[in-house]
Amino acid sequence: MNKLLATTALTVGLCLASAVQAREVTITTALNSYRGDGAYLAIYLTDADGKYARTLWVAGGKTKYYKHLLDWARGSGMKSTEYDGMTGASVSNGGNLTIKVEIDDALIDAGYLIRVDSAVEDQRENRVDAEVPLTSQGVSTPVAGRGYVKALSYSL
Amino acid sequence: MLRRLHSLPGLFAALFLLVVATSGAILSLNPALERAAATVPARGKLNVAEVAENALRSHSGIEQIERLPSGGVLVYFTEDGNSGADLINPLTGSIVSAYDPSPFFSWVTDLHRAFLWDDRGRAAAGVSALFMALMCLSGIFLLASRAGGWRNLFAPIRAASDGNMSPRLHAEFARVAALGLLLSALTGVWMSAVRFELLPEAQELEADFPQSVAGTAPAPIGSLLALQQVDLLDLHQLVFPFPDDPSDVYSLRTHQGWGFVDQATGEWLSFADYGNAATLQTFIMELHTGEAFWWLGLILGLAALTVPVLSTTCTLIWWQRRRSMPKIIGNTPRHLADTILLVGSETNATWGFATSLLKGLLAADCRVHVAPMNQLTDRYPKARRLLILTSTYGDGDAPSSANQFIHKLEKMPSSLALPWAVLGFGDRQFEHFCAFAELVSKELHQRQWPQILATDYIDRQSGPSFEHWGMALGQALDLTLPLHYTPLPRATKSLILFERKDYGALINAHTTILRFESATPGKSLPKFAAGDLVGIAPPGSDAPRFYSLASSSKDGVLEICVRRQEQGICSSFLYNLKIGDFVNGFIQKNARFKPSKGKSPIILIGAGTGIGPLLGFIRDNKAHRPMHLYWGGRLAESDSLYEDELQACLADQRLSQLHLAFSRGPQSAYVQDKILEDAAQMRALITANAQILLCGGRRMGADVATTMNVILAPLSLDVAQLKKSGRYLEDTY
Repeated sequence: MNKLLATTALTVGLCLASAVQAREVTITTALNSYRGDGAYLAIYLTDADGKYARTLWVAGGKTKYYKHLLDWARGSGMKSTEYDGMTGASVSNGGNLTIKVEIDDALIDAGYLIRVDSAVEDQRENRVDAEVPLTSQGVSTPVAGRGYVKALSYSL
Repeated sequence: MLRRLHSLPGLFAALFLLVVATSGAILSLNPALERAAATVPARGKLNVAEVAENALRSHSGIEQIERLPSGGVLVYFTEDGNSGADLINPLTGSIVSAYDPSPFFSWVTDLHRAFLWDDRGRAAAGVSALFMALMCLSGIFLLASRAGGWRNLFAPIRAASDGNMSPRLHAEFARVAALGLLLSALTGVWMSAVRFELLPEAQELEADFPQSVAGTAPAPIGSLLALQQVDLLDLHQLVFPFPDDPSDVYSLRTHQGWGFVDQATGEWLSFADYGNAATLQTFIMELHTGEAFWWLGLILGLAALTVPVLSTTCTLIWWQRRRSMPKIIGNTPRHLADTILLVGSETNATWGFATSLLKGLLAADCRVHVAPMNQLTDRYPKARRLLILTSTYGDGDAPSSANQFIHKLEKMPSSLALPWAVLGFGDRQFEHFCAFAELVSKELHQRQWPQILATDYIDRQSGPSFEHWGMALGQALDLTLPLHYTPLPRATKSLILFERKDYGALINAHTTILRFESATPGKSLPKFAAGDLVGIAPPGSDAPRFYSLASSSKDGVLEICVRRQEQGICSSFLYNLKIGDFVNGFIQKNARFKPSKGKSPIILIGAGTGIGPLLGFIRDNKAHRPMHLYWGGRLAESDSLYEDELQACLADQRLSQLHLAFSRGPQSAYVQDKILEDAAQMRALITANAQILLCGGRRMGADVATTMNVILAPLSLDVAQLKKSGRYLEDTY
């Protein structure tokens, strides 16, 4: 009986846990108006030390250009298992990219950061174009980037 | 076949290629401009560590240093939160200019590779490049085959006999530019194929990202050994570590490969060679863009500039080829036809007969392929007979649509032995009546091809004799061939006579100079120049007679010189015209009888009405090149044609010397006598590369040729040789 109770409690507990384990986060990246082709962007999470944690999205069709998103490339090792199913088209100048991703609760309010690396053909490559801490409050004001990114924001 | 392969894609792609080539030529300037602005030290002079040190003198917050393929050194930096990029002098670190890629060149780049139309445009540009490559290759083979072998590829190209410049211009430009265009086209095709994944793309081998670093205090950049080992000329890109991040590293790309350098020890943490495939890929791209080879870029750009000329001449050639053959209804493709009907025509009149014959043959259920004689090939798989209708030009030469026929016939394989029949067209007044038709028959006999029926001749476009020949042909072929000849309608212009001047009444050689203008007020005359012909059909006749023009259309006057012949229908008709009368005429270009271009002397020889075109040439001689006129008439008091105007031309030096001979009167002489008197001067002029143009009656022509041969003998030359090199032109009648 005790055993049954224990098992039930564990199961319920696990279910509850899995229900609150991940949250959907909406991340919006707005680009400046610049001259040139579409920008390649890598949006990813780093820990408090700036160490790569996981990929959230890679914008840009040709994997051969991914190495120009340097910090992300270094962190992820550009292994396709890191970004499978998380890629899309490059973002043209002045455009917006909105993505919805599931993020472990454990990573929220734990010092993790959302970071964007960017690159454009024959132009500057930006490591850490923009960066914002991942907290349960979200961001009240979008953070400005230093390269092609005009503003980075997210909501939970 | 080769020609089709060459011209069809050309016409199709001409417009696209025009855009690709012109934009390419503009883009080719970019590497040279960048190079001109860049300071490029010699190899061994400067290493990457030194360049980085220099750059740090003028910039803080450097993120990366790049060497552009053209040689410029570029620094990306962020100072006080502001990002920027400068071109620097690598020797001093001083700023050359802020880096600001030209929006114009990026626009042209987009036009060049994608017609400003994204991926669809890129595909179109790739296909255009493929067409270009095909045309270069087929064109090179065509050039070699026309020149008579690879060794003659760069031999001088002769102008077409009809004076048409387009084919020659096309060939001249093409053989100079072909290799450059081929290189651009092939590399372009390759780049496009890689882009659309039709060819596998070589992946650059990548260095492992370093897992651990020394982590101690960063060393000054100038002391880093790995950077010292790389020459500036091999640098592609150096990315700096984040400031104050001891775990970060330098990322260094060179021409050979990519690796990471420890910021504390200055040692390579990892390095990977790109691999041969990727290096080759980059090299091909740099060949195409000229980025790394600015001089090659300029050469390719110049080659690309010929494309507008090539497309224009290509369109003209195509148009002229179409025009050289009237629209034929019921023509069967070459490979399906049982009857091959080839036409040799100078004035297009023979095409009228060909059309009538075609109609007859179609009614008799033949499948007929009609083409100019020059299009003879050995590929007539279903052909059972070869019919040839041809006129003759001048002294027994081939008419312009047949001038390559004999040459092509000689190359035919002996296996091809088509039964044949030849019909010649001409005018019995001329000495070499139907001589070319005879020559063609002789050649076919020699090849022992079976003859269907004896070669026949049609005098003065006689419809009845043509229909008679059709009956004979039908009998020989066991076909019913009722032919009905209707001449091709010519686009004639209505002309009105507004001035005439008569000569020769005293000696019963009635000659007149007739001056016409356009009969429709305000409408200009068709385009012509002195020496061209006007065709006029007298009332009641379909066969036009041709008269040499003494004026150019830009004079606003159409002027001819006519002598009334005893039984000449047309000359009588013209001679009897009154001021205000109308005639219908059409222009027949006569490029074979025109002074050569240049400054060399011209000797004009004529008699009687032959003065017409010669006077036209003198009138046009505003450049005052030496012109000598020898002219023969009968009686000075009666038929001194153009006397006043010739004196005026002498006075203003359009004419250098005037030698007149009159057969009657106190000092009786013929024109050849005057020439013989001046034998020494004649030889001097010929040695000075003079050209002779002769116009007049056939007998005078023959007499002058005999005299000229005597004069030329000491120079080991004769008239035949001069004729061959285009320095003795005749227009005789």
